[in-house]
Amino acid sequence: MSSEKTEVDFDVAEINKDYERLYGFHTNTDYLKNSTRGVSPDIIRQISKIKNEPEWMLEFRLSSLEIFNSMPDPTWMDGSVFDEINYEDLYYYASAGDKKYNDWNDVPEDIKDTFERLGVPEAERKFLAGVSAQFESEVVYHHLQEELEKKGVIFLDFDTGVQKHGDLIRKYIAKLVPQGDNKFAALNSACWSGGSFVYIPPGVKVEIPLQAYFRINAESIGQFERTIIIADKGSSVHYIEGCTAPTYSKTAFHTGVIELFAEEDAYLRYTTIQNWSTNVLNLVTQRAIAKKNATVEWMDGNLGAKTTMKYPAVYLAEPGARGRVVSIGYANKGQRQDAGAKMIHAAPHTTSSITAKSISHNGGRSSYRGLIKVNKGASHVKTDVECDALLLDDFSESDTYPTIDVRERKDVSVMHEATVGKVSDETIYYLKSRGIKEEDALLMVVNGFIQEFTRELPMEYAVELNRLIALEMEGSIG
Amino acid sequence: MNSPLLELKGLCSTVFSEDTDQQIPILKGVDLAINKGEIHVLMGVNGSGKSSLAHVLMGHPNHQITEGEARFDGTPIQDMEPDERARAGMFLAFQYPHAIGGLPVGTFLKAAVEARRSEEVPFRVFKRELDAALEKLGISKEFLGRSLNEGFSGGEKKRNEILQMHLLKPTLAMLDETDSGLDVDALKKVFHDVREFANQDNALLVITHYDRVLDYIQPTHVHIMSDGRIVKSGGADLSKRIDEEGFEAVLGVEASV
Ligand SMILES: Nc1ncnc2c1ncn2[C@@H]1O[C@H](COP(=O)(O)OP(=O)(O)OP(=O)(O)O)[C@@H](O)[C@H]1O
Ligand SMILES: [Mg+2]
Repeated sequence: MSSEKTEVDFDVAEINKDYERLYGFHTNTDYLKNSTRGVSPDIIRQISKIKNEPEWMLEFRLSSLEIFNSMPDPTWMDGSVFDEINYEDLYYYASAGDKKYNDWNDVPEDIKDTFERLGVPEAERKFLAGVSAQFESEVVYHHLQEELEKKGVIFLDFDTGVQKHGDLIRKYIAKLVPQGDNKFAALNSACWSGGSFVYIPPGVKVEIPLQAYFRINAESIGQFERTIIIADKGSSVHYIEGCTAPTYSKTAFHTGVIELFAEEDAYLRYTTIQNWSTNVLNLVTQRAIAKKNATVEWMDGNLGAKTTMKYPAVYLAEPGARGRVVSIGYANKGQRQDAGAKMIHAAPHTTSSITAKSISHNGGRSSYRGLIKVNKGASHVKTDVECDALLLDDFSESDTYPTIDVRERKDVSVMHEATVGKVSDETIYYLKSRGIKEEDALLMVVNGFIQEFTRELPMEYAVELNRLIALEMEGSIG
Repeated sequence: MNSPLLELKGLCSTVFSEDTDQQIPILKGVDLAINKGEIHVLMGVNGSGKSSLAHVLMGHPNHQITEGEARFDGTPIQDMEPDERARAGMFLAFQYPHAIGGLPVGTFLKAAVEARRSEEVPFRVFKRELDAALEKLGISKEFLGRSLNEGFSGGEKKRNEILQMHLLKPTLAMLDETDSGLDVDALKKVFHDVREFANQDNALLVITHYDRVLDYIQPTHVHIMSDGRIVKSGGADLSKRIDEEGFEAVLGVEASV
């Protein structure tokens, strides 16, 4: 296994070198001003060739690019959000993927500072900063990997997935998120790099969460991550993407596509906590299908980023399917968290629940945007939506845009509950009367507010999330 | 003799009414001195200002001292935040404790204990103290996992307040109608326990309407409040008379506001 890994590393190095020589790729910005811009079919061809991709993938990329070029911006949000995207610069993004820092010393001070305060161990910090692949946990990971391989589990980065399991990927890719689903999905389909490919064979229960950062040749969540997870019949898996430490991106645009397939009786949970630096526009299309008696759960935490637009969806395709989304968003100064969920009840006897919690602070804005759809014939359906907004001051905002579209009447129960609240002075007074300082009191209330999300996380993530929230709130009180 | 633990001189206060957006005068000149080792009971008709006095002393954001003096351990408290007062040794068992969704009782208690002591308390040390207190008050451990005061019965809320008093070990504990909401057995247990808590290094100010409570805690002083003032003070016998004859008869007609 290790020799194989070295080979891959070598290839990657070669790609970069080659690419630099061929296209004059440099990180200095002068180059951007002087070169041909935008993503051209030629560039896509080159990338695909360098990655040694099969012909079908090249065609997939090229047709996606065509779709992208012909599509307008989404209309459901005010267009100003998209004005900031400089598609011209995509030349740079598409070719390089996410540029990692090669040295801890190059990581910006504020990011380093946050790592320190989070108490992230040195090794992990190095890894998170993209310094080296010599992550200590790799040893642990290898054991895990062996165990999983024995059971037939596939857990690879998407590129390797395409190389080794092309037929499987070809069968599933873009089945839930078609290339033309939205402009950004099209762009991702054309330019994707990074992400995971996971396959769990029938009946296999993966006991410990699969964490993206234990993956071979893990890239930090890429600019255009592409992930497919397939939980075959009766299998079960919990996949965790990202980490709570801030993901610094020099590039200001992240657009991912995640597709989850839960076959009959399968259980699939996808957890992500994203904490992009505050310059990033984060647009991710997350969609899942749940077959007979299968369960899909999205646990979605969004901090950081300038703008987030994310609406994890579950398509409840067969009787007995269950879908669940639990999400939290924290919109701080200058940030906008536009998040929500979609549940499509396409079969009878299906259930879904959405719990969306948002916190707005220092003038930040959180929105809940959701869709509940019950198709004709989908009787005996139960769906529950709860969205709660917490405003930490008088000048932050929250709003909700729920859409409920029910086409079946027989035994359909739709519950929708929305609350907007502030932390009451009385509550803070009560905590303070116990000796607890005001900022700690406020933090306790906020952590209580998102507890429904936190309790779903593995312990270390829950602890880190709480600490992260503390950092977000730090210095916000007089 | 040292200065009293709590000393109030001509204390006047207003409360901010959110309905009318106005400051309403409540306390109209309260004089009171409480020394360590004493147990004071405060009685008085509904609306006479008992809870207001407790909140003024604890530092409720809507209650403001307008005149007079309030000292705790010799220090004026007017400019102290509620948390500073609590860390200095004051405690109020609320008549209506607040609920906080998603905040487990156990987490809250540990944070409060650490705040009061201004240091981290190792989990094992905390657990030992907690277990002892829970057993004493007959509270089950499952209670710790519940959200603070959320969906608690009246009695559970009150017991939770007393549990906090035990863990925080204040030097001045003010109990605002802790008896209301407790069943007969719980009342006995809780107040027996409150009596045990009292010692020569602390003091209690117990607000109640019921003479029965006095039997358990054997107060050294009893005060009657009326229209924002303490109008009569005495020993335990004063409450016996009120119990038998009523406020009106003891205080005269002016108390029947
Ligand atoms: N926030 C407020 N807004 C308006 N009036 C208030 C407010 N808080 C207290 N008051 C008024 O102050 C007076 C004293 O109230 P307080 O709660 O102190 O009485 P109390 O003696 O504790 O009564 P009880 O025996 O019923 O508990 C009452 O008339 C009450 O209506
Ligand atoms: Mg009262």
